[in-house]
Amino acid sequence: MVYSMATITYPAPADTLPRRPWSARLTTPQVWGIVMLAPYLLVFAAFVVYPIGYGLWLARHPASYVALYNDPVFARAVVNTLIFLIVGINLKMLVALFLSGFFVQSRTWIRWLSVLFILPWAVPSIPTILSVRFMFNPEWGVINNLIFKFTGEDGPNWLNDPAMGLTLAILVHIWKSLPFWTLILMTGRLAISTDMFEAADVDGASWWQKFRFITWPSMQTLYLTCTLLSMIWTLGDFNSVYLLTGGGPADLTHVLSTLGIRYLRLDQLDMSMASIVCAMPLVLPLVYFMMKRLSR
Amino acid sequence: MRVPTLREVGTEARLLLIGIPVLIWTLIPIYHMFLFAISPKQDAFAGKLWPDHPTLNNFRIVFNQQHYFLRDFWAQFLNSVVIAVAVGALTLVIATSAAFAISRLRVRGGRTVMNMALFTYFIPAAFLAVPMYRTMGNYGLLNNHWSLILAMVTIASPYAIWVLKQASDKLPLELDEAAIMDGATPLQLFRMVYVPLMLPSLVAIGTYALLLAWNEYLYAFLLLSKDTEITLPVALGNFLAADDSPWELLMTTGFIYALPPAAVYYAFRRYMVGGLTAGAVKS
Repeated sequence: MVYSMATITYPAPADTLPRRPWSARLTTPQVWGIVMLAPYLLVFAAFVVYPIGYGLWLARHPASYVALYNDPVFARAVVNTLIFLIVGINLKMLVALFLSGFFVQSRTWIRWLSVLFILPWAVPSIPTILSVRFMFNPEWGVINNLIFKFTGEDGPNWLNDPAMGLTLAILVHIWKSLPFWTLILMTGRLAISTDMFEAADVDGASWWQKFRFITWPSMQTLYLTCTLLSMIWTLGDFNSVYLLTGGGPADLTHVLSTLGIRYLRLDQLDMSMASIVCAMPLVLPLVYFMMKRLSR
Repeated sequence: MRVPTLREVGTEARLLLIGIPVLIWTLIPIYHMFLFAISPKQDAFAGKLWPDHPTLNNFRIVFNQQHYFLRDFWAQFLNSVVIAVAVGALTLVIATSAAFAISRLRVRGGRTVMNMALFTYFIPAAFLAVPMYRTMGNYGLLNNHWSLILAMVTIASPYAIWVLKQASDKLPLELDEAAIMDGATPLQLFRMVYVPLMLPSLVAIGTYALLLAWNEYLYAFLLLSKDTEITLPVALGNFLAADDSPWELLMTTGFIYALPPAAVYYAFRRYMVGGLTAGAVKS
């Protein structure tokens, strides 16, 4: 006996059926579906829609944006954010691409190394950032102690130098997230059929030719997606900057994600919201692009 | 044993030339923290690779709360545990039922909800922090653990729903059909068919939400402020407030705080790598 599919599956959504009154369209599964979706919708309304609406309302005065525009800290934060994104991310992704090639080599010691290599990603960022902060303390830190021991001279005042502070924040960020991206790119490399590499070896292809004509073409989409996603996440990286330099010295190492907190602490709520709104032209295009990729 | 050729030795040497710097780069901040944790106060600053007199005394001081900065250590540890577990459990309940409604019950508007959730996932949480802080103030939840729990559930749910929806789309429809033929209601379908089949994904997502909450600093630091109410990362950050903060105790506390998530991560490594991350960058 053959059951027709239509009798045992739930009715198709209404748009494929002739329009009927609401009561008839609300089948049992639909009612249950709404009930089960309700908790998330409540959370979404109370903690996403309301805060965003409220934040936009607080940032409604043009005067806040004028004040923001005239605040040198804001301009500096925008520049720092762009440096963080353009230099930091590209450096990180290039190193990750390179290291993914290293970690796919089949050696026992490389497999063990890859287990250790994950550590920065597996441990919480706060203690390790504080550990780095202590390492670079000008008076007591281990780095300057070693410099003094070997050269007899005082080391630089690392985190009190804006350029050095930002560089170290970028390095801390790279240290933390490099393992994750290396791992993702490794899965991309492992998905490539080994036949192609064997054929290339037979033809006597060089290391560069193999990368250029086999590895890269099959990884470039993944690489681009990773770079974009990493940019979004890095835009929101508050810890690396705030806990390492605190935005200092003289507020010269702030990025857009720490700026909102800075204005909040100065009791300038409208400026805080305005600075977040100003970050959106950077965030939203990336979000739009990622959503188009993921909701296919 | 075969004698390796010169070429093989060369390859191995080049690999080591990459591997050793990678190892050093990876371990330095963590080893530095560990070194402080096992060094007596006077040894800690000497810049040695191994202390002359390694000791567990720092751990004793932390566990017995024998320092001004540590007087609420256990309360803060408990706060971290309670909040992380609550976030893991609540996220699981909310995300599983939402994924079931969207993927299996095909609720009308499910796709829109999915897109809204994805949008929230991609907006960096740091930009939502200040509005969230004000919102919690308006709701009268500031300095209450619920504020942090609800904020973290909000942040963890979108990705959880997305991953669970992807996983449930892969379950064969025939299972639901068979259950419905037998007269199962949607709730029975959820309880007896869906949840048991989704168990591996549920474990992974629960762990994801738990770790996210345990590791969170920014929201915890904004939403909670009383010394007995804050979580461990906020307490660690508070050490920095004073110039004379005891580094060796801070690093010991940080080490203790970092151990549970590292252990969980390594225990669930297979899930974390395969189940969670692959979906994030589907190309």
